[in-house]
Amino acid sequence: MTAVLSVRGLDKRFGAVVAADALSLDITAGHKVSLIGANGAGKTTFVNMVTGYLKPDSGSIALDGVDIAKLSPRNVARLGISRSFQIPQLFIELTAAENLAVAISGAGKQTLSFHSPAEAHGRHVKAVELLARFGLADQADRPISELAGGVRKLVDIAMALVRRPKLLLLDEPTSGVSAEEKFATMDRVIHAVAPDAATIVFVEHDMEIVNRYADRVVAFYQGRILADGDPHVVLKDPDVRRYVTGSAR
Amino acid sequence: MKQGLHPVVMIALVVAATLFGRVLPTWTLSLATVAASNALIALGIVVLARTGNVSFGQGLFYAAGGYGVALIANAWGITDAAAQMIIGAVCSGLLGFVVGPLIARYSGIFFGMLTLALSMVFYGALVKTSALGGSDGFNVGRPSLFGMVFTDPREADFMLYAVSVVTTGLAGIAATILFRSELGLASLAVRENNLRVEYLGISANRVITINFVVAAIFAGASGAFALMAQRHIDPQFAYWTTSGEFVFVAVLAGYQSVAAVFVASLALELVRSFSNLYLPNTWQLVLGVFLLGVILFLPRGIGSLWVRERRKRIEPETAAPVAAEKGVVL
Amino acid sequence: MNFFLTIVLDGLIQASWLFIVALGLTLVFGVLKILNIAHGSFYALGAYIAATAVTMVAAHGLPPSVGFVAMLVSVALIASAVGLLLERGLLKMFYGRDEVVLLLVTYAVFLILEDATKLIWGVNPIYATQPYELFGNVAFAGLYYVGYDLVLIPTSAAIGFLVWFGLNRTVTGKIVLAVIHNEEMSVSMGVRVNRVYALAFAFGVLLAALAGALTAPKISMQPGLSSDVIILSFAIVVIGGLGSVEGAAVGAVLVGLARAASVHLMPQAELFMIYLIMAAVLMFRPEGLFKRETARRI
Repeated sequence: MTAVLSVRGLDKRFGAVVAADALSLDITAGHKVSLIGANGAGKTTFVNMVTGYLKPDSGSIALDGVDIAKLSPRNVARLGISRSFQIPQLFIELTAAENLAVAISGAGKQTLSFHSPAEAHGRHVKAVELLARFGLADQADRPISELAGGVRKLVDIAMALVRRPKLLLLDEPTSGVSAEEKFATMDRVIHAVAPDAATIVFVEHDMEIVNRYADRVVAFYQGRILADGDPHVVLKDPDVRRYVTGSAR
Repeated sequence: MKQGLHPVVMIALVVAATLFGRVLPTWTLSLATVAASNALIALGIVVLARTGNVSFGQGLFYAAGGYGVALIANAWGITDAAAQMIIGAVCSGLLGFVVGPLIARYSGIFFGMLTLALSMVFYGALVKTSALGGSDGFNVGRPSLFGMVFTDPREADFMLYAVSVVTTGLAGIAATILFRSELGLASLAVRENNLRVEYLGISANRVITINFVVAAIFAGASGAFALMAQRHIDPQFAYWTTSGEFVFVAVLAGYQSVAAVFVASLALELVRSFSNLYLPNTWQLVLGVFLLGVILFLPRGIGSLWVRERRKRIEPETAAPVAAEKGVVL
Repeated sequence: MNFFLTIVLDGLIQASWLFIVALGLTLVFGVLKILNIAHGSFYALGAYIAATAVTMVAAHGLPPSVGFVAMLVSVALIASAVGLLLERGLLKMFYGRDEVVLLLVTYAVFLILEDATKLIWGVNPIYATQPYELFGNVAFAGLYYVGYDLVLIPTSAAIGFLVWFGLNRTVTGKIVLAVIHNEEMSVSMGVRVNRVYALAFAFGVLLAALAGALTAPKISMQPGLSSDVIILSFAIVVIGGLGSVEGAAVGAVLVGLARAASVHLMPQAELFMIYLIMAAVLMFRPEGLFKRETARRI
């Protein structure tokens, strides 16, 4: 099977903190991969480097064979990688629909138009439709400032889906979402990207989610990969239990 | 953004305002002309401010437009008011096109300070350039319009009034269309969260630059009007207090509506005229008190131009290099 | 060599009073996080008050040295009082609101003081040169320097040292530093931040006025003084780093030297050189040459 993402020898240090230490990883197309690890283990740094927000000290990142390590987040997005954020990164004063409309604009042709209210209407319709997939159609015209954290999380994820990316990176998609909602949320996300057979990589602390949705689990520790494989195997690994899930005796 | 007026209605308003000038006494005409011209440049500041960047140095483009027109008009003998306005707009637009990309990547307070610094560089250069008259500047002749020369001062004033009101009106309509457009929404998004904008595949710098060029164009046209009204240009056009006054108008107006900019500009000119009339040397004092009053009693519209620094711009644990460039911490 | 020395001396003389003004501005910014647009107005106020004091003393037939002391004392008292009144009476009302609001308030104060000075002292230039002769003329490197100008250099250095000492070696000073570095933390440690604000602002105003008083004998007092000074001191503070005392010193020296060099080497550049440096610093090192250590917040 083809590797949609290939990472080789990734290094990243912040002073004395080692966020990535000769990381090498291949993500197979269509898989759902969960990244687990304690805080500071390097998961988010990994996501940041893959999406171009941080430049690795050394190493390569290839998307379908194309080296993207030096690209900016904008160009990485245009090549087909989208991400959602641990703490929702939204346009607070704008409405939910407007947030998605901006995402839709970004996914369209390069130059943004100076006029054309007709297209604006079209974007609004599409935005509401996207929100409906997460059960948020009725919140469409409310500003983000009025929406609860869990709802903001969903809007944040919805925005990442607009581009129909080939690789979707979700940073703790269910944190901040209520316990009853979390499975429904993941179901909706998986369902939304299913038609595109996108690859999903999600950072998670919730092992129930990991167990249920991941085809493969990669455990991080101090910038290195501690374990990598089937969820059942990895989650029972003694090192993983000691350094990640904290259930070692 | 509020759903505003239909463009046709706005055009009608502009026409009405222009014709209204026929019945206004002369002193009101010049006042209104200055108000319209100031509103134009303040509108540009509002347009740019929607991206979260406030320019404290529009004097740069105001002066560039004015000097550009003065030099070209004198060199090629162009006296047509509409042509002069366009020349001013183009001169400053080109300058904005050059400067914009250079400073677009600095956000918030650094952006503001850079615009201020650049305008003062221009000021300093102008004062010491004797070929341009140094700090005294130089004079220009009367403008004409479409071949008609206006010897009657009343007619000349009305002509200038009409051209400035029409230009500002059209700019207002253009701004309204811009605000409602895809680019307009993206501009607000840039102000709210430029990181996310980048992640959505939109270049925040490009959005900022486009707004910046629009602001520069408006400022250049305004500079041309100031030149035509005063028939004189000097480095003071680029001085920080001049830029400050335009920001003042923009702040008074808030960014709720384009019409507010005209109202604010008119209010400012009225205050200035009346205090000059009754209490010489006090118009700044009155303005200052007026500003304090507005800050105290009309908090909406004040400060909402700027990105609120308090808002938690959460960068991933690993903030360093990009954050500094975007001027997050102050 | 003489030429070089001339530039250095001229630059340092300029830097002397520039430093005092900039110091006041940067302190107020560091503590209250306000960019006081009216800062130049207090410089002008100090200059005008000094002029009045000197003229009054001279009218009574007293020697210039008395005038000199009188001007410093009167300026110090009046400026501190005005600064305190302004902070407690006006600025305090706007704390807690958006930072921009305070900027606008100081702009309003600038406007008001512009006209207030015009109303009190008129629009014609005023001179008060008697103290300028106090220290005679000094021959140095083939040129004559006015003693007063040269005295400014150590005076300014002394003020700088006093401020540095006050901040770093006294308890009050360290409290002020604490508020500069992390106000939230200081509040939770029980610091009476309101008092620190009042102190810092009054002191900042005092410094501006003092600088004005010290330069009054050398210049003509007229409208426009405040707007020239504020933009200049702002440039220095940006170059040196907002809130940094060392930055104010280095910035002032840099600007003073740049100005002196321009005057002698390329007069056309004299005015814009400083803002070019400011723009360059903003583009390549926006936090200024001496950025304050900002500890990482969790």
